Amino acid sequence: MEHVTQLLLILVILANLFVLGSHPLGACIRAVAFQGIALGLLPLSLHPEERSIHLFVIALGMVGLKGFVIPGLLFRAIRDAAIRKEQEPLIGFNTGLFLGAILVGLGFGIAGKLPLPPHTGSSMVVPVALSTVMMGLLVIVTRAKILSQALGYLILENGIYTFGLILAAGLPGLIEMGVLLDIFAGIFIMGTVIEHIHREFGSISAHKLVNLRE
Amino acid sequence: MTILLLLLLIPVVLAGVSLAIRSDVWRPWMLVIAAVLHASLVANLWVSDAWPSIGTWLSLDPAGKVVLSLISALFLAASVYAVGYLHRRLERPNRTFVTSLLFFLSATSVVAFSQHFGLLWVALEATTLASAPLLYFNHNSRSLEATWKYLLICSVGIALALLGTFFLAVAETFQGPVESALLLPAMLPRAGSLSVPWLHAAFIFLLVGYGTKMGLAPMHTWKPDAYGEAPGLVGFLLSGVLTSCAFLALVRLTQVCQAAGQMDFARPLFILLGLLSMGVAAVFMLGQTDYKRMLAYSSVEHMGILTLGLGLGGLATYGAWLHMVNNGLAKGVLFLMAGNIHRHYRTKTASEVHGVLHRLPWSGALFMAGFIAITGSPPFGLFMSEFTILRGAIGNGHWGIVAGYLGCLAVIFIGMARIVVPMVFGEPPNDAAASGPKDSFLTTFTPLVLLAAVLVLGLYIPSWLDRALLAAAQLVGGLR
Repeated sequence: MEHVTQLLLILVILANLFVLGSHPLGACIRAVAFQGIALGLLPLSLHPEERSIHLFVIALGMVGLKGFVIPGLLFRAIRDAAIRKEQEPLIGFNTGLFLGAILVGLGFGIAGKLPLPPHTGSSMVVPVALSTVMMGLLVIVTRAKILSQALGYLILENGIYTFGLILAAGLPGLIEMGVLLDIFAGIFIMGTVIEHIHREFGSISAHKLVNLRE
Repeated sequence: MTILLLLLLIPVVLAGVSLAIRSDVWRPWMLVIAAVLHASLVANLWVSDAWPSIGTWLSLDPAGKVVLSLISALFLAASVYAVGYLHRRLERPNRTFVTSLLFFLSATSVVAFSQHFGLLWVALEATTLASAPLLYFNHNSRSLEATWKYLLICSVGIALALLGTFFLAVAETFQGPVESALLLPAMLPRAGSLSVPWLHAAFIFLLVGYGTKMGLAPMHTWKPDAYGEAPGLVGFLLSGVLTSCAFLALVRLTQVCQAAGQMDFARPLFILLGLLSMGVAAVFMLGQTDYKRMLAYSSVEHMGILTLGLGLGGLATYGAWLHMVNNGLAKGVLFLMAGNIHRHYRTKTASEVHGVLHRLPWSGALFMAGFIAITGSPPFGLFMSEFTILRGAIGNGHWGIVAGYLGCLAVIFIGMARIVVPMVFGEPPNDAAASGPKDSFLTTFTPLVLLAAVLVLGLYIPSWLDRALLAAAQLVGGLR
C-alpha cells in the first residue's frame, strides 16, 4: 500500500501546483475537488491494518464533501454571480509555480526537523501536509478574486486534513464530525457572502474591497 | 449535569423559537428571556457551589467558571440594550440577527465548559460562524467588506489552530497510543512525556490561531474593520465575550506548557505578542479619526495586556484574570454608547461629532466615564488590574517590559483623550432636525450598571470573586 499512499500524496502536491500555475477558475476548482478525493482515499491506504467501519465512513464523508459538495457550492457561486473565469493573480503564474516549488522544499525541510511520529504510514505525509498548508496560504494572499481566496482556504484545510490523517485512528469520531461540519458551514457562509458581495459591488475582486483602510 | 445541558440548550431552543416568531418587534425579547434564564442558572452555580459536568469532555473548572459568568453577565447587559436598539432599527429584519446571537451564546458557553482541545476548537470555530451574520446586520458594502475580511482572516487563523491541535495530539501519542488523547485532565498528569519538539510546534500554531481570534497583533487586522462596521452591540459582544473565550483557549494551552515544564519557551512569546499588540494599538490610536475603530485598537491593546499578564506569571497572571473581567465590563459601556452616538449623529468620524453631552446627556457622560475607565485611570477597576500586572512585572525585575508597558499606556491615554474629549464636550452642531434618536431607558440603563460594576471593582473586590479569580489564576501559575 506504500506505493498507493505515495501516489495519492504526489497527486495532492500536483493539484496545488496546478492551482498556482493555471488560469481558469473552473479548472482550479476541479483540481481542488480532485485533491479532496485523493485525500478521502488516503486513510484507506495509510492504515491498511485497521480498515474499520469508522475509517470507511470518514473516507466516504471526505470524498463526498471535499470532492463533490463543496466544489458544487463554488460552481454554483460562479454561475449565480456570472463570474469571469480568469483569476487575476497579484503575481504571475510562473512566479506562483516557482514559489510553490520552494514551499514544497520548505515543507520537507521543516518536516525533517521534527521527529517522525510513529504509525505515520509514510514519511511523506508530514512534508506534504505542511507544504499544502503553505501553498494554500500563498493562494489566499496572491489572488484578487474572493472566490479564489476561498479556494486557497480549501487547500489550506486539505493540508491540515492530510496531517490529521496520521491521527485518524486516535481521534474520537465526534470531533471529526464537528470539524467537518464547521468546515462545511464555513464554506457555505463564505459562498453566501460571495453572492452578496457580487450583488453589492458588481464584482468579486478583492481590489474593490478597499473602503476600510487606515 | 441538568444545569449544564440547560445552559447549552436554552439558547438553541429559543433560537428555534425566534426563527418561528413573525414579529420583528417581539422577537428581540427572546434574547432577554435566554439571557435571564442563562444568568440565573449561572448565579445558581455560584450559590450552590456546583461544578457540573457531562462525562469528561464538558466540565466546569475555576477558569471556565469565571469565563462562563462573564459571558452570562455581558450577554444579559447586551440583550436588554438589543431590545432598545432593534426597536429603533425596525427598517431591518432582525430574524437572522437574533438567531445568530442566541447561537453565539450557546457556542461561547460550550467554550467555557470544554475540557477537550478538539471540542474547544469546534466551539470556537462555531462562534466565528455565528458572529459573521451579526457583522453583516447593516447590509451595506462596508459591512460586507468587513464580514469577508473577518470570515477569511479568522477562518485561516482558526484553521492554523486546528493544525496546532493536531500537533498537540502527535506530541501526546508520540510515545505510543494513549487513552483519551487531547483531553485536558488526562493530558496534564502525563505532560512530562509529551514530545517536546511537537509541543513547541503545537504551541506556536495554537498561539497564532487563537491569537488571531483574540485579535493580538500582528493578526489583529480584521478587528478595526469588524468593530468599526458592526453595530455597537456586536462590537461589545466580540470585544468582551469572544476575546475572553479566546483568552481561555490560551490559558488551556498554558496549563499544558506548565505541566510539561515548558514555560521558559512559552513566556517570552506571550510577552512579545503582548507588548507588540500594545505598541501597535498605541501607534494606530494616535492617527485615528473613526471613534469605533478607536475602540477596536483599544481592544487590541487590552488583549495585549492579558497576554502579557499570562506571560509574566505570578501576580501578573492574577491581574490578567481580573483585567479580563474589567475589560469586558468597560467595553460594554464604550461600545454601546458609541452605538448610541453613531445612531444620533449618523457618522463615525470623530471630528464631525461635538457636544454629545448636550445632545445625549446620558450617553455623553457614560462615554466619557467609559474612556476614563478603559485607559486605566483610578478609581475604576482597570486601574487596579493594570496596576497589579505592573507590580508583577516590577516584582520580576523586568524593567524593559515595565517601561514599554507604561509607555504604551501613556500614549494610548493621550491618543484616546484627543478623540473622546472633543466629541463629548464642545458645541453641538445646529442641524437638530437631521439628528437621530435620543437616549432611552433601554439603551442607557445596562451600560450604567456595567459602569457601576467597573467602579465597584476599582474600590473593592468581593471575596467570592477574589477567590474565583485566584483559583482560575492558580491553574496557570498565578498567585496574589
